[in-house]
Amino acid sequence: MATAAERKKLFGHAENNYLNCTKGIKSWMFTVDHKRIGVMYLIGVTTALFLAGVFALVLRSQLWSYDNTLLTDKMYNQMFTLHGAVMVFAFIIPSIPAALGNFVLPMMLGAKDVAFPRLNLASFYLWIFGTGFLLFAILSGKGLDTGWTFYTPYSIRTDTGVIYATFGAFILGFSSIFTGLNFLVTVNTMRAPGQGWFKMPLFLWGLYSTSIIQVLATPVLGITLLLLIAEKTMHIGIFDPKYGGDPVLFQHFFWFYSHPAVYIMILPGMGVISELIAVYSQKKVFGYSFIAFSSVAIALLGFLVWGHHMFTSGQSVVVTLIFSAITFTVAIPSAVKVFNWLATMYKGSIALTTPMCYALSFIFLFGIGGLTGLFLGALSTDIHLHDTYFVVAHFHFVMVGGTLTALLGGVFHWWPKMFGRMYNDMLGRVSCLLVFLGFNLTFFPQFVMGARGMPRRYASYDPEFQIFHQWSTIGAFVLGVGILLGFGVLVYAAFKGPKISGNPFGAASLEWQSSSPPDFHNFIHKPILCDPYDFGALVYDEELDTYIHREFMEPSEQPEMEPEPQVH
Amino acid sequence: MNLFGTPMLAQSDIPMPESAKVHSGSYWFPDQASAFAPNYDFLYMAILWISVVFFALIVGFMIYFCIKYRRREGVGPEPSSSHNTAIEIFWSVIPSIILVWIFYAGARDYFDMRVPFDDAEEIYVTANQFNWKFVYPDGDVSKELHLVVNRPVKLIMQSEDVLHGMFIPAFRQKMDIVPGRYTYAYLAPNRVGEYRLACTEYCGEGHSRMRTICQVHTTEEDRKNTTKWENEKHVGWVNGERLFSINCSGCHSIDGGVKTGPALNTIWGEKEKLIGGEEIMVDENYVRESILEPNAKIVEGYGPVSKMNSFQGKLNDKEIGYLIDYIRYLKEPDKFPGRDAQAEPTTATAEEAGTAKPEKPAETENSIDTKTEDQDN
Amino acid sequence: MAVVEPEHGAHDDHHDHGDFIAHHFDNAEQQFDSGKLGIWLFLVTEVLFFSGLFVAYTLYRVLHPEIFDQAHVFLDKYLGFLNTLVLLFSSLTMAVAVRYAQLGKNGHVVWYVLGTMVCASAFLGVKAIEYTHKWDQGILVRSAFDYHAGHHEAPAGTLAHTLGVSEYLIYLSVIPLLVIIGFAVYAGIAKLTDKPNASFFSVCMAIAVGGYFVGAMAGHFYMEVTDGGFGGRSEAAAEMMAYENETHSDHEPTNKPVDHHDESAVDQQTAESKVAPYQGPQPDEFDQDIGIFFSIYYCMTGLHAIHIIAGIAFLAWILWRSILGHWRSDYFGPVDYVGLYWHLVDLIWIYLFPLLYLID
Repeated sequence: MATAAERKKLFGHAENNYLNCTKGIKSWMFTVDHKRIGVMYLIGVTTALFLAGVFALVLRSQLWSYDNTLLTDKMYNQMFTLHGAVMVFAFIIPSIPAALGNFVLPMMLGAKDVAFPRLNLASFYLWIFGTGFLLFAILSGKGLDTGWTFYTPYSIRTDTGVIYATFGAFILGFSSIFTGLNFLVTVNTMRAPGQGWFKMPLFLWGLYSTSIIQVLATPVLGITLLLLIAEKTMHIGIFDPKYGGDPVLFQHFFWFYSHPAVYIMILPGMGVISELIAVYSQKKVFGYSFIAFSSVAIALLGFLVWGHHMFTSGQSVVVTLIFSAITFTVAIPSAVKVFNWLATMYKGSIALTTPMCYALSFIFLFGIGGLTGLFLGALSTDIHLHDTYFVVAHFHFVMVGGTLTALLGGVFHWWPKMFGRMYNDMLGRVSCLLVFLGFNLTFFPQFVMGARGMPRRYASYDPEFQIFHQWSTIGAFVLGVGILLGFGVLVYAAFKGPKISGNPFGAASLEWQSSSPPDFHNFIHKPILCDPYDFGALVYDEELDTYIHREFMEPSEQPEMEPEPQVH
Repeated sequence: MNLFGTPMLAQSDIPMPESAKVHSGSYWFPDQASAFAPNYDFLYMAILWISVVFFALIVGFMIYFCIKYRRREGVGPEPSSSHNTAIEIFWSVIPSIILVWIFYAGARDYFDMRVPFDDAEEIYVTANQFNWKFVYPDGDVSKELHLVVNRPVKLIMQSEDVLHGMFIPAFRQKMDIVPGRYTYAYLAPNRVGEYRLACTEYCGEGHSRMRTICQVHTTEEDRKNTTKWENEKHVGWVNGERLFSINCSGCHSIDGGVKTGPALNTIWGEKEKLIGGEEIMVDENYVRESILEPNAKIVEGYGPVSKMNSFQGKLNDKEIGYLIDYIRYLKEPDKFPGRDAQAEPTTATAEEAGTAKPEKPAETENSIDTKTEDQDN
Repeated sequence: MAVVEPEHGAHDDHHDHGDFIAHHFDNAEQQFDSGKLGIWLFLVTEVLFFSGLFVAYTLYRVLHPEIFDQAHVFLDKYLGFLNTLVLLFSSLTMAVAVRYAQLGKNGHVVWYVLGTMVCASAFLGVKAIEYTHKWDQGILVRSAFDYHAGHHEAPAGTLAHTLGVSEYLIYLSVIPLLVIIGFAVYAGIAKLTDKPNASFFSVCMAIAVGGYFVGAMAGHFYMEVTDGGFGGRSEAAAEMMAYENETHSDHEPTNKPVDHHDESAVDQQTAESKVAPYQGPQPDEFDQDIGIFFSIYYCMTGLHAIHIIAGIAFLAWILWRSILGHWRSDYFGPVDYVGLYWHLVDLIWIYLFPLLYLID
């Protein structure tokens, strides 16, 4: 119970908060506050996104006509390599976990910070150094032209900056391990008293599964990249066939990390969507435990399917068969999640706000991305589609249509919490529409070209594909405009938007039981533990224009107790 | 299994190079020119329609819910179950059954594509940056792949440098080519025509130029007429031109265009600036040295280490002589006899000879031995 | 990599709080549990980090058992055994140090941690003898592998010649020597400027790094006594090499110069039989070289050595805090965490030793 004045302090708009409790550049650079690190990560990954996005637009411009001379072959190869490497290592992998996760995870647990705050800051600086090394490959004038996969023996032969880039990816790997390790420990030891595993929001299950992968898979990438550097500098003969090595072994090592890394990219996105669908439908998530366990199942199965990237690499028929079979098992938990989201919307009270629009377009795009995975999991169809634009389109539907859309939805959802100000919802929805249309226009034609035999990583191509490429290029620019618009809406809101109080959207998870922006210590009071999807426990406080857990209201102010929604 | 039944190429009025006019196909697929293709197309369309059904259901329900249960003033969410084991198991098991079928169908067709044929013709494939070379059982060599319709083929593939991938869309067949080992691909062409053959495993600067043609001939004789090469019937530079197209054209242009290596059309007799500042006159000795020891003298801008593999042991002195002739010819065509000077009268007879003596024309014994040591393995 | 403190963060902000509990933890128990879970997870990543090398080892051993059969005789199992003993002993001292930290007896912790560090340095000293002996003989990674048997004397007039050791060993030893001198000088300065703790710490560090020379001298003495190592098996190794050359001479690429300057007639013959010109990459000749074994050997032991060095750095930090007397019965986490890390590093060696040295 709290008086109106206390409620204003606890759940209103806070003038004194984590953003301004200390001042000066140093107070940010050396902060160990998870919220500030999260914001810095957000700025960092956004920069990486824009950089790699510009590379993508340059690529699409080159592909406007079948024998374009905008870029030389060499420049094109460098461009797609940097686009891939920066997007994967510096943007998507850290995007949701390290930026949104850092901000939200401790608050969802009712904790003051992550378990190892200094390790958290170290992770951020490793991200900076790692990205710096990746980009140094460009600045050094050598470039990088191996593709983000660094396949041997080409990566050993080429005289471009493979060593810088590999070392950059190695450092980024450790940045990722530190974040994952931190989250695992935090979730294990720092949950609020009484918060059992099944009272955690599903976003945390997503982050937890992601962290398992980060901790278990990334070290293998680390040793692989070290061996690659040793091979390139000393010719140790592990990967280089010229000295008795096996280039296919590199592919095994690489995909042993990089396939699970796909789930590092998508699982947190799925977690975000679980939150958004529930909050904006005001409905308890349908099949909580199925969604929670499906995250863990995807994480674990993800370790067993790396060979499906290598169906044409010359591995034995039996091995190929096994990998194909296990690959299909991953489809089940993914499908279950989608069905459960739909069931959550059933009989809800659905508000089509910007985050919800992004969530719905996630379901649409991820649906296509997931279903086209069936073509690639089936052996005979994969033989034809492997290394064509079909694959390119498939993983962009999952990575961009999935992760990026979820990231944008999540950022729109938690932005008012981060900065205490509201964005223009209409413009937000327009940005969502542009992203959705632009995205489909970009990547849908690529399915068709891929199926018709257009190989990937081609600077020039057969004229019959030109029409598809032109659609794709137009779409890419629309997509770029959509993302820029969303970015503009958010940045404007952070500085000029109307001030907003603690829980404007009526969300029930713990991070919303705080002021907006939160206090340095996250919570001034001890948050009241409740089911993260028990929206019936919230009451609307007109004075503050916010939703508050009913136990904070004076008895006289409490509306009549409604019967709890039936829960079996 | 054609979704819309309309060939896509028809409406495009882009000027096309010769190599592009090989394709028709349907909306989703290139031509079917192999025994594997119908199975592939069937499975693709099956998965497509399964996906369309599921996707339509998902999106349909999503849109329906968004409208039906949109937020209204004063109306809260209706209570409903948040858990129903029966339905959750139902929608896990039904897709599983479908997935098992897809896996089975994919694996079955895959076996067909990977299990050796009994009586396949063996063709050796050598890939390097950025050339294809195909060596046929009778020793002929070509830059394009030439097959005979309805004759199954086993490609025995090796790479001289980095990973490559052999992809013929019309055959729905693909296989990586891995340095340090042999990989195999089986083809079962069943339709005459010209089809695209492309490298699909990223192999460096000229990756996208590593495209060629797979031509399926009606008879063995047609194929033989295309692939055979009798040196006595050609002047030196024409032999050189052929050797050049097989061995050198991936990296050296003859129109001044930028490729991995220097363009070779105007260099003869010129002074080239080397790394380190020296200059050298491009003459017979320099060309020969560059072919055998690419790293000895590197032209400025193409270093510090040459990307070219040595042709030591792959080209003999006679062949290097032809290449020198060809490079000279590119600079000073007037000084050389025309292409048809000697060849024309003999071409016709060659064809006649080909049809008359399909087995082994006597001339092949003198044919240029462009086979490498590797291909003898 | 291990360069990052594994227990980093668990002991946050101890200077602000007399009781070393970071502000974001509710109590000491939560802090300890978090740190413990953190370090265990870190150890998992370490194991997986090495696992890549173990997989490479397994694959090449399964595919080419003959390489491993022929190559392992170049490794001296007695030196390896000595190092195993040294590391096992260091694990014992570390375990005792943890126990004393739990009891809050900081003085005891100092001595046992110091003992652990001396062992760690001694291990590196022995390893340096092993490495430099191989470098002298041209036993290098695959591309540089250029084996020539026999005893190798440094050129007359050099320091290495006077001492009767390998030139490489001199270069390697410069680093620990500089570190020792640095700490000794700083110990003196600290003494003069009245910083007893810093002075004592520096003396301890100088002693700890001095362990390197103990190890190196022991290894060198062993090499002298057994006349160039191999545990008296240098003949066997040379024969094995000759056999290798004979059986694979038609596959051997000759771009690898073979230098048998002081060997028997057998070697001369094999050298002559290897003049077939190199024909470019021949798939069937790729996997014939024992240099790959040494590539794997150097990668595994090198990475392990880096972990030992990182361990010494962590131990130095524990040593410093022991001198300051930080450990109490309710706060000893960091000693425990570094102890766990150290045991893991030992454990990896326990696997490396039989896998590399004891193949039969």
